[in-house]
Amino acid sequence: MGLSTDSAAAPPGTAAPGTDPGTPPAKNDLASLKVVPARHYARWVAAVAVIVLVAQFAHGLITNPVWEWQVFSDYVLSETIVKAVGVTLQLTAYATVLGFLLGTVLAFMRLSHSPVLQTVSWTYIWIFRSIPMIVQLVFWFNLSALYDRLGVGIPFGPVFWSVDSNSLIGTMGAALIGLSLHQAAYAAEIVRGGVIAVDHGQLEAAAALGIPKLRQIRRIVLPQAMRAILPTAGNEIIGLLKGTSVVYVMAIGELFYQVQVIYGRNGRVIPLLMVATAWYVVLTSLLSIAQYYVERRYARGANRTPPPTPVQRARRFVRDLRAAAAQRNQPVHPLKSLGADR
Amino acid sequence: MSDVMVDVHGVHKSFGPLEVLRGVDLRVRAGEVTVILGPSGSGKSTLLRTINHLEKVNRGWISIDGELIGYRRSEDRRAARRASVEGGGGRRAGKLHELKEKEVLKQRTHIGFVFQNFNLFPHLTVLENLVEAPVSALRRPRKDAEDTARRLLERVGLADKTDAYPRQLSGGQQQRVAIARALALEPKVLLFDEPTSALDPELVGEVLDVIKDLASTGTTMIVVTHEIGFAREVADTVVFMDGGVVVEQGSPAAVLDAPRHERTRAFLSKVL
Repeated sequence: MGLSTDSAAAPPGTAAPGTDPGTPPAKNDLASLKVVPARHYARWVAAVAVIVLVAQFAHGLITNPVWEWQVFSDYVLSETIVKAVGVTLQLTAYATVLGFLLGTVLAFMRLSHSPVLQTVSWTYIWIFRSIPMIVQLVFWFNLSALYDRLGVGIPFGPVFWSVDSNSLIGTMGAALIGLSLHQAAYAAEIVRGGVIAVDHGQLEAAAALGIPKLRQIRRIVLPQAMRAILPTAGNEIIGLLKGTSVVYVMAIGELFYQVQVIYGRNGRVIPLLMVATAWYVVLTSLLSIAQYYVERRYARGANRTPPPTPVQRARRFVRDLRAAAAQRNQPVHPLKSLGADR
Repeated sequence: MSDVMVDVHGVHKSFGPLEVLRGVDLRVRAGEVTVILGPSGSGKSTLLRTINHLEKVNRGWISIDGELIGYRRSEDRRAARRASVEGGGGRRAGKLHELKEKEVLKQRTHIGFVFQNFNLFPHLTVLENLVEAPVSALRRPRKDAEDTARRLLERVGLADKTDAYPRQLSGGQQQRVAIARALALEPKVLLFDEPTSALDPELVGEVLDVIKDLASTGTTMIVVTHEIGFAREVADTVVFMDGGVVVEQGSPAAVLDAPRHERTRAFLSKVL
């Protein structure tokens, strides 16, 4: 605050020229005045308009008979649907693990000094990002048309052991391979992005200390890369969870396929789509919460004091409310209370 | 020869067309402190980084305690026989084999390195920072490594910070942890790359005190720094580098108070 504006704003007489210029004039007078908060009229109008729209939508959800909430509640926890949710979760879990394992290998191949490994990794990512997932899935589904037997032997030489590819892979296997390979291409780029985001000095320090190479990656590089990997990886896993609905083309009994089967039978399309919607929303919400806590864990050491979790914040809020209620009877100085809030 | 700990011989190093080191020779005896001074771009940091093979040299060689850094020498029998038949002496017989990364990493456990920017591992606590290398590189039992780590932290005055994360410490404290981390491997030689350049002026003293304490206990050290006062007080040998070569070297009194070379005089007149 400039001194000149201070003395200009002060009413004549309150601060005589020549008194200590360091203290703003009439400080005690200002402190005793009542503070009127700014009024945001436009904000209130906008809020009312939005609330009306939301209320209208909610009203429609409840009163429109086409939603058939009775049918929804009959099916949402039915055995078929719960089992189908299990299949969806299985597909997501396996494809996530396999996809990120292969993706990590591809990422380090791409970062290696070997031009062969670099090229193979680059080509893999290029191809698998270029093919739509549904096209790839149908390809794997028809693998036996391409290779009817798979075996182990000398490359380009005799085969010692082989098996019918349909019996080895099956529908579920084909779906998992398709999802994992597709996922690996994206995971590779996510992991690579995380690794190159780690400060080069960290690698030099690890190298200067003579820490073995694999240990450097596992203990020094990856934990720090996780900070950059996790937000995008969270996106990918949630995308994958929803993406598993594509395997309905292979007649696998996951959530979306079962919902289609049921409404194909009884014609109640809208409530059954709501069943699927509700489950997908619940599952992605759980994943988002998990992501929050995993990110928090990998942020250790990144902040001087970690920010509170929502649960901790809620507890603190309740405690503050109680404290405020206990203090309400005591008069509080307006400016002081403003300062204490911040 | 036997008490020469670090032997740098005719080292050249280029980054693309830029020749940073142009034939550097340096000898550091066991238990001595060598301080390298010089303007920025004179190659002093690069020289330090070639000593623990963070940079590969283009020409010349470096040995520590008689062990060649980054290479292994083998006798090539055929070449040796030919040389003896021709009577040309055995000097050209044999080959230098570039060491694999695993072997280089093993050599580095004998060479402590302290960085300008500390480079502590931010996701590990202070104690974990100190324990990591002894456990994974030297295969020490974790219990022993932790005991050593606590003792070293006490020595650098940070016994109460074992469970803190690096970001919770001041720059001076972080650098002291970094020194303790380098010491945890019980290296034969300690290299400091401008250890106080990233610090606020009031924190420089605490780090220099730790290095002085190490010097008094006979640790072999090479310190690249701009702290002339420190060089005068602690160094056994002061080396002045400019343009990728050693311009002059000698006792602190000789180099700092009576420099023989014009470039040394010009540099000292600017920094003193």
